[in-house]
Amino acid sequence: MSNFIGLLYNELLKMVRKRRILVILLILSILIPIFTYAQYRTVQTNIQNLGTSDWKTLVQQQIVDNQNRLSSSRIPEEWRELIKINIQQQQYYLDHDINPTSPGAPTFIRKFVEQAISLFMPLLIVVVAADIVSAEHTGGTIKLLLTRPIRRWKILLAKYLSLTLLVSFIVIATALLGYLFSGLVFGYSGWDMPVLTGFETQNDELITNGVHLVPQWKYILMSYGLAWFTCIAVATLSLMVSVLVRSTAASMGIMLAAIVAGNLLTQLSPTWTTIKYFVFTNLSLTNYLSGTPMMIEGMTLPFSLTVLTVWSLVSLFIAFAVFIRKDVLA
Amino acid sequence: MDTNSSHVLVVNGLTKRIGKREIVRDINFAVGQGEIYGFLGPNGAGKTTTIRMLVGLIRPTQGRIQIAGYDLSKQFLQAIRHVGCIVENPELYPYLTGRENLELFARMAEGITQQRITEVVQLVELEDRIDDRVRTYSLGMRQRLGIAQALLSRPQLLILDEPTNGLDPAGIREMRQFIYRLAREESISVFISSHILHEVQLLCDRVAIIHQGRVVKTGQVHQLLAGEPPVIWQLSPTEKAINLLKSLPDVTNVELLEDGQLRTHLPQNKIANVNHRLNQAGIQVTSIQQKKPTLEDIFLQMTEGGPLE
Ligand SMILES: Nc1ncnc2c1ncn2[C@@H]1O[C@H](COP(=O)(O)OP(=O)(O)OP(=O)(O)O)[C@@H](O)[C@H]1O
Ligand SMILES: [Mg+2]
Repeated sequence: MSNFIGLLYNELLKMVRKRRILVILLILSILIPIFTYAQYRTVQTNIQNLGTSDWKTLVQQQIVDNQNRLSSSRIPEEWRELIKINIQQQQYYLDHDINPTSPGAPTFIRKFVEQAISLFMPLLIVVVAADIVSAEHTGGTIKLLLTRPIRRWKILLAKYLSLTLLVSFIVIATALLGYLFSGLVFGYSGWDMPVLTGFETQNDELITNGVHLVPQWKYILMSYGLAWFTCIAVATLSLMVSVLVRSTAASMGIMLAAIVAGNLLTQLSPTWTTIKYFVFTNLSLTNYLSGTPMMIEGMTLPFSLTVLTVWSLVSLFIAFAVFIRKDVLA
Repeated sequence: MDTNSSHVLVVNGLTKRIGKREIVRDINFAVGQGEIYGFLGPNGAGKTTTIRMLVGLIRPTQGRIQIAGYDLSKQFLQAIRHVGCIVENPELYPYLTGRENLELFARMAEGITQQRITEVVQLVELEDRIDDRVRTYSLGMRQRLGIAQALLSRPQLLILDEPTNGLDPAGIREMRQFIYRLAREESISVFISSHILHEVQLLCDRVAIIHQGRVVKTGQVHQLLAGEPPVIWQLSPTEKAINLLKSLPDVTNVELLEDGQLRTHLPQNKIANVNHRLNQAGIQVTSIQQKKPTLEDIFLQMTEGGPLE
């Protein structure tokens, strides 16, 4: 056991001293301010388009409109519920003095993870995960690693666990840095703001029966939890590729290509439903929270979670089976 | 084969096939306690492949490896515990310091103290640079750090794959003395591969000669690699010299080489004598060289009258 903790320590030491973590933090620290600025520009444009910077009158007008629709008798019952929830949300904006078009840092990181979950965060994960085994081959150190009195599966397990720790760190760092940087522009408040969730899709239709409001902090916890799940799946697949391919460049290339392909396929060919079984079309788990309709029919949160889990387990199995038996030839 | 318990490493019928190619075939040898065992063969003979099997990096297609009495494939942990090795180049983590590297490998074995790390660092004389990153080390320093790493867990058997590759003559001499001391003073058995005959002659007690994946000979170094080296003469006029040399009693095998030089066999202590006779006869000698026999010469010698088998 103490032996295993030593192995884990070794792997973490390598990650830190290889400066991978530093690179990730650097990328985040450069890109998040850029995204913040982009968001700021959008907000400014919105204000200009509305012709007024007095958002309170606008929200008040929306509430009145909604109340008028409610009193009309031709509205179907399930719409009424949704409209009521909308009014609740708008009332909250007024009561707590929150401008819905210029939200605070919590809203920024909520929207950020929704955009980042399918491509940006998986790419960060690939950068740190793709070389976790192949780098030992490239550097020749695999020969020292595997000639110690330690079973090969323990060495790979230590690598995998250190990788999951690193993934958790990256997800948390993304949230923290996003909060810190965007707060400089948008302010740091808004954790309790109500957010809509609970959408479901059935037979291609958005079911709004279960829609309700949750405080934003809860929503953020859920969406970063889902992002973590996605990232772990990506890391697990990277581990397998890293075991199978001896060159770091090749294993990184393969993973990047597969992730980009998953993103493109969903958009190019929503009618080809078989691709929903492909792991990289199921990365955008946060879409199920926000009610963004999925492009492909038959995709639900449990479905996507199952696809990610099955792919992860299979690749974990392959990674271990191959690593334990493989001849280290060069 | 003698599988006596005094043997640290016993190899029986070792064969490795990759695809259809037999890279190594039916290798047998045994390394005794405190012995320096040479594994001599030209490039591509299968030395590294054999060594990779010895340390468990690749699985033999056939055959058995016993280290300190344990079967490597069945009792891997017990067997490999007694081995320290460098396979091909001494590759450590370049972004860590020498000490961090040693500590990292110490964590992968049991009972290696900080004191032991200091000890091996002193042994390989790296105290000055041990806290610098390995990236900044010269090849010789990397080689020494590699050996320090191999010695950490006090192995009974040290396996080194061409450890003098790329070192300068001073470095080679130093390495040789170091390995010699390890074997004699700490009674560690050393299995060392090389393609340089001279090196094996200087260092090893016994040798196995491998050629095209097969061990063609094993035995004591002084028996196997003995014999007077040939002497090469550069002189003129050549015709007259050949006749004279052939008439001398100590000289055998006079042979005219393509470049006009003469190759002869004669005892070393007679060289001055023969030179004097040549001078007396008016033959001008411009150079005398005692040629070290190469691996090729040995192979030719061994296979005289038949193919390697
Ligand atoms: N992965 C492989 N697949 C096929 N053939 C291989 C493989 N690895 C090595 N070989 C072949 O096996 C033979 C022995 O190679 P090996 O590296 O063991 O030689 P060596 O004696 O160490 O040579 P050197 O002195 O050059 O280091 C060579 O002919 C080589 O081409
Ligand atoms: Mg070799």
